[in-house]
Order: sequence, then C-alpha cells, then structure tokens
Amino acid sequence: MSTTAVPDVAVAPVDEGFWTRTRKVGLVLVALGLLATVLFGALATDATARFTLSEDAAGAALEIHGTFGAVLFGLITLAAGGAMLAGPPKRWFIPLLAMGLVGFVLSFLCWQVSDAPAGQNFMPLVNIVRGTFLLALPLIFGALAGVLCERSGVVNVAIEGQLLMGAFSGALFGSISGNVWVGLVAAAIGGSFISLLLAVFSIRYLVDQVVMGIVLNLLALGITGFLYERLMQTDAARYNSAPRFSNWEIPLLSDIPVLGPALFRGNIFLYLALLLVLVIHIGLFRTRWGLRTRSVGEHPTAADTLGVKVLGLRYRNVIMAGAVAGIGGASYTLALFSFTKNMIGGKGFIALAALIFGRWSPTGALLAALFFGFADQLATYLGAINSIIPGQFLAMLPYLATILAVAGLVGRVRAPAADGKPYIKG
Amino acid sequence: MTTHPQPGSPDKEPASEEQAARTALGNTERAEPASTATPTQERRPTLGRLFLENLWAANTFTVTLLSLVLAMVVGAVLMIISDPKVLATYAYFTARPTDALDASWALVSKAYANLFKGSVFDPGATTLTAALSPISETLTYTAPLVFTGLSVALAFRGGLFNIGAQGQAIMGVILAALVGFLLPLPPGLHLLVAVLAGAVGGAVWGFIPGILKARTGAHEVINTIMLNYIAVYFLTWLIVQNGVQDPRRTDAISRRVDASAQLPRLFDDPLRAHAGIILAVLATWAVAWLLNRSTLGFELRAVGANPDAARTAGISVTRTYVLIMVFAGALAGLGGSQMVLGTTAAALTPLVVAQIGFDGILVALLGRVKPWGVAMAALLFGALQAGGNRMQSYASISLELVTVLQALIVIFIAAPALVKAIFQLRAARAARLQTSLAKGW
Repeated sequence: MSTTAVPDVAVAPVDEGFWTRTRKVGLVLVALGLLATVLFGALATDATARFTLSEDAAGAALEIHGTFGAVLFGLITLAAGGAMLAGPPKRWFIPLLAMGLVGFVLSFLCWQVSDAPAGQNFMPLVNIVRGTFLLALPLIFGALAGVLCERSGVVNVAIEGQLLMGAFSGALFGSISGNVWVGLVAAAIGGSFISLLLAVFSIRYLVDQVVMGIVLNLLALGITGFLYERLMQTDAARYNSAPRFSNWEIPLLSDIPVLGPALFRGNIFLYLALLLVLVIHIGLFRTRWGLRTRSVGEHPTAADTLGVKVLGLRYRNVIMAGAVAGIGGASYTLALFSFTKNMIGGKGFIALAALIFGRWSPTGALLAALFFGFADQLATYLGAINSIIPGQFLAMLPYLATILAVAGLVGRVRAPAADGKPYIKG
Repeated sequence: MTTHPQPGSPDKEPASEEQAARTALGNTERAEPASTATPTQERRPTLGRLFLENLWAANTFTVTLLSLVLAMVVGAVLMIISDPKVLATYAYFTARPTDALDASWALVSKAYANLFKGSVFDPGATTLTAALSPISETLTYTAPLVFTGLSVALAFRGGLFNIGAQGQAIMGVILAALVGFLLPLPPGLHLLVAVLAGAVGGAVWGFIPGILKARTGAHEVINTIMLNYIAVYFLTWLIVQNGVQDPRRTDAISRRVDASAQLPRLFDDPLRAHAGIILAVLATWAVAWLLNRSTLGFELRAVGANPDAARTAGISVTRTYVLIMVFAGALAGLGGSQMVLGTTAAALTPLVVAQIGFDGILVALLGRVKPWGVAMAALLFGALQAGGNRMQSYASISLELVTVLQALIVIFIAAPALVKAIFQLRAARAARLQTSLAKGW
C-alpha cells in the first residue's frame, strides 16, 4: 500500500504561506478601494448627494458633497484592505471586511446619487429599507425552508416549487373562502404538499434529492400554470381575487426614524419572517429538537444509535420546511399581487443562494436574504434615476456572490455532512 | 451507510433494481424471500410464457411505459377537476353515474387524441404535407432536447450533475445569434461558424463550474444553478444593446439571423423540421462512441464511479472534471444554438431557449443516462411538446399539462419501486433501473 500514496491534488488548503485568506481578501479590498477612489471619485459630480430620512426628497437628510463622498468612502475601503494586508489577528477579519464593503457601497452610492439628473440627487432611505425587506421576504421564508430541510440532511432544491405552490393555493383558497387566514393555512398546506413529495421520494424511495427537487419545481410550475389557465384566467373574480392582509402598525416602534416606517408598519408576513428566524435559530441551537436535527444532518448513524428516529425527524422537518416556504409564497398573493403564471420567477433559487451564502444558518440566511434584497432594490432605484449601471448586472450579484462564496474566496462554506445522503438503516 | 455493499461493481450504474427495491421497501415490509427466484427450474417455459413474464417484470421498458400511463392518469384527473362543467356532473354521481363518466371520457379522450394527432399522425390528413406535419413538428422539438439531454447525461456518467444546461444553452444561443447577424460570411461557412460559436459559448459556461469543482471543490450543482441565472440576466441585458436589438423594434428582441446561417430544412416550406435533427443523431453517436470506445470515456466513467480510485490509478481527476464540463457545456450550447439557427425562431428574445436546459435533465434521466436512451427520451418529450400545441388549440387544454406529464413521468421513472408496487410487477433479473446518484452537495 505504501507505493500508492498519491498526494491529493484537488482540494488541500494546507500551508498557505504568506498569502493567507485574510491577505487575499485584503488585496481584493485594496483593488476595490482604488477603483472606488479613482473611478467613482472622478465620475461623481459636484452635486450634493442627499440621503433623505423619508419617502421623498423632503425632510431631514444626510448630505455629502458627491466627489468628496465618493473619494472619502473609497479611501475607507482602501484603508480596510491595507489593514488586512498587514495581517491582523483573526478576530479583525469580519469587522474589516464589513468596513471595506460598506465603504465601497457608499462610495458607489455617492457617485450614483450625485450623478443623477438634476433634482433627483437624493435617495429616500425609507423606501430603500422598506423595499429591501419587501423583496427579501420570499427569500427569507425560502431560505428558512432550506435551513430546516438541509440541517436534517435533505437537500431542498424545490424551494422554488414550494413557494409557487404556496402562492397558488393561498390565492385559490383565499379567493374561494374569502378569508385571508384560510388562504394562509392553504398556502402552508400547498407548500407542504410539494415537500411531502420530496420527503416520500427522497427518504422512502431513495431518489436523488437534487433530481427530485428539480423535477418538483417543474411539476409545481406545470400544475399551477395549468390550473391557473383553466380556473383563474376563466373566472378571475371567483378564483383569483384573494383578500389581502392589511398593514399592522406597531405603536412606538413605528415612530423610529427610517426603521420605523420601513419595518414596523408592515404586514403579517414581515413580522412572521423575523419571528421565524428567531424561533428557528433558538430551536436549532437551544432545544432538544435542534440538537437532534443537526445530528441527523451531520451523522445520522450516530444519531440513530442514540435512539433518534432519523427518518421520522427528516419527514417532519421537510414537511415543516414546505409549510414555511408555502407561507413565503403567500406573502405575494395574500399581500401584494394576484397570482400569475410562474410568479416566483427564480426567487426560490435566490433563496437557495441565500441559504448557502448564509452558511446554512437562520441568521446567516436572514442577512444574506437582506443583502440580496438590497441589491434588488438598488437595481430598481438605479433604474429610476437613469443610471448607466444596467440593472441586470446588479441582479446577477446574488448569484455571483454565491459562486465566490462556495469557491472559498469569501470564507469557506460547508454544508451539513449528511446533506443529500439518504439514510438506510442497518 | 451511503453505499450499501455491492460486490465489486465497476460501473456507476448503481444497485440493481432488485437491490434498490429491497432497500426501499425493506424499511416497512420484509420482502417475501426469493418467491420469484426459482420457478424456471421446475418446467421449461414456453417462449410465449417467457415473453409475457418479462413483459410484466420491472424492466426498463415496462417501467417507462407504465410511468407514462400513470402520468397520463394523473393528467386526466387534473383535467377533470379543473373543468367546472364536468365536475358538476359528479355532484349527482350516485344518481346517474353515466353523465359524469361520459363527460370525463369526452374531455380526456379529446385531449389525448389531439396530443397524438399533433405529434405522430393525424388520420384526418388528406395531403402528404398534412400527414407529415405532426412528425415534422415532433422532430423540430426533439433536436435541441437531444443535445441538452446528452449534456446532462455525459456529466452524469462522469459523476457530475450538470444543472447548468439551461445557462450553457443560453450562452450558446447568444454566441450563435451574434455570429448569425454580425459576421458577413458566405453561406455554408456562416452556418458552420455559427454552430461552432454556439458550442464555444456553452463550453465556456461549462468550463467555469468544471474548473471551480476541480480547483476548489465547489459543488457543481450550486455553481451551475447560479450560472443559469447569470446567463439569463446577461441575455436580457445584451438584447437591448445597440447593434444587437432590432432597430425597428422597441421591445426586447434582437436582429434576425441571416439566412446564410440558418440550418437547411428537411422538407418543403410549411414543414419546420430542419437539419438539427441530423446533427442530433450524429451527436448521439459521437457521445456514445466517446463514452464507450474512447480513452477519455473510460477515464470519465472511472472518475464517475470512484474519483479516489481513478486518481490512484493515475487518472487526472482535475483534468477529467474540467473536460467533462467543457464537453457537456458544448453539447448544451449546440442545443441552444438551434433555437435561433433552426426554425423555432430567428432572433434572440429573453425566453428564446424556453426550458430546453431543464427539460434536458428530465430527458437524461428518462433515457437512463445512456446516449441512445437519451435520444429516444428526447423524441418522446418532443412529441409531447408538439402534441401539446395541438391539444392547446384544438381541445383548449393548456400546454402546461405537458410540463406536468413530463415531470410526472420522470418522478415515476426515478422511483421504480413505486411503479413496481402499484402494478405488482415481478422483479426483473438483470434490470438496472436506478439512475440516481445521491451524493448531496
């Protein structure tokens, strides 16, 4: 056997030498900082960039001279990159990275806002924050569904289908019954239906989970599209006019500047999403159920040996995940729009990206979803001020970020060890 | 616990059907021990009896056929429950069941009859053109699916799950179209360059997840999903750029591909079948040769079966992963290029490649990831598409039903144990039905 000891060439980040991960990221930040300082600084105009604390140009605002702001924030990014190149202690990594990225974004915004057509040199922060959360909502629900599934070892590529089915059944049964709560329950059941199929086929019939997820997405697309054309298009008043949840204002909290109107005057789905993040986080890391779920996702054999019912737990979690995603789908049809064919349009896959980018944790998923929601909202804003940056490139950002993340360029992401592996007892 | 003991199987074709069924069913019920194993020893069966026995055994063909039947049954149920008039007859089912049955039969039979007439043969056709039309439509839809199906199947055999056929097809269609309307080349050569450009576009998009997998271990499923969407956004951005967008239009549509870069048609004008289907057959043959006869194919299968063993045997896993994805991408890119070079469309639109990449995954699974199987599966899917169009216009049953049927067929195929249980099939002796890889991220 000694002769066949071939070194592993594919993956082996052993001795990194001078170029540690911190230094590599530092180098990237320095490049970004230079880009921001020189390019954004040069392109920014003399106009004052105003970040208003309201929904329009009026009211109090944070103001900064366009060129000055772009250069200043670019230099901050540069400084963060430089500090990282110096090789600081490990605990400085996250703060410096955050500082660098925030500086880059602000520099970019200073350029864009100052460069906008005259009279539009302002960015209404309330709109931006509210839009970010609104666009992130289905992503949060979807990513949480992914967390529940994948933490217990079942890959969930069917998030898209679960969201779609939830949106559809929420709209359908909400319309027929005329009751939002019936719609909400129906949406959860609709999402669970897709989940149930995923669970049965991947746990009992051992079908590859990624394959099953892809096929279920198509199935959900087909079924909802088919029934949409047959029922909703022919009789929209009866089948596609679900009542909608109204916005609930939370006293006191809704008076906080910027965050108040954006966050605490939302509908039930916003509160539900934030609550679920908290509940699932505590559940996963502080309760017996969470410990069992994680052990089943990491090492099912060991869990089984200790008396955890692996398959039962997986069934339960996958079906719960479907309910969560189903409610996420209803956040469209029971609050914003009426159902249309393929209305989720790839959000399920961004949710999957958020799950991976957030490293399979509820809080990480929330942050990633907000980041992606912000990119989406920014694209809308830039479109409104006729920016030269095409919205499509901002829309690519979540996907690019995820590729960089899994390639190990921005820290290492690691899935639960038994994710996607069916458990066969014995 | 992931790989159940399997005495020295050199090929990745995993557990035999019998094993899979045993493991799948073993959780709840003990399989009746060897009840099917020894009837042949007692009396030499007649040929007819043997045929019948095999027909009702869980072999590839029977399971595929029964999956199709099951999918159509579910489809029929969907049609009935979504038709308020027919559904109303079920309200008094106990009083007069014939009403409900008649109405259901009329609805379902009309839909499926049109599905058949639109894809295979219309008995009411009077002219030769009308008689050939269904086949021509079927072949038109089949050609790109063969390519994307082969793309997914090839990667599968190398142990990689290429969900990115959609994105690769998009990059293929972009480059093919750009060559098609930007480069002024003589006839013949123009087509050749356009087709090759399509392959290059797909290959580049396949190379990225390949090299990331080989270098950093990043999972190709995640990366290919992400690249699909990046390609979509790139396409929607590109279409509205100067020089690409049709100058006479304000909506998102590009200029038309020159006639010199279009694939020649097989029949006369109203029939749409084009030379893409011939390329598809050639590609199938080439992939079959590559997989089964070439050194690269051997290395590819070895890496797919067990990358560690392959590495120990001196095969460069890194290089093989990259090559697999480049080839898979090129195939998907070729499939995509047909969407503008063929007769489906001649200009880029945001939805120009439709679903061919995702359908390719289904086609590959249905074809049991074997080249000729993929070609047959693509033919079935092409027929469903072509028939679906007629079903939509003649029986006013939404084309979406075809998506449902396709997904259901593959679900049933992927779980042969389920089909076996439903129809009480015998266990076939040498059938290999499991296509799943079950690797996770």
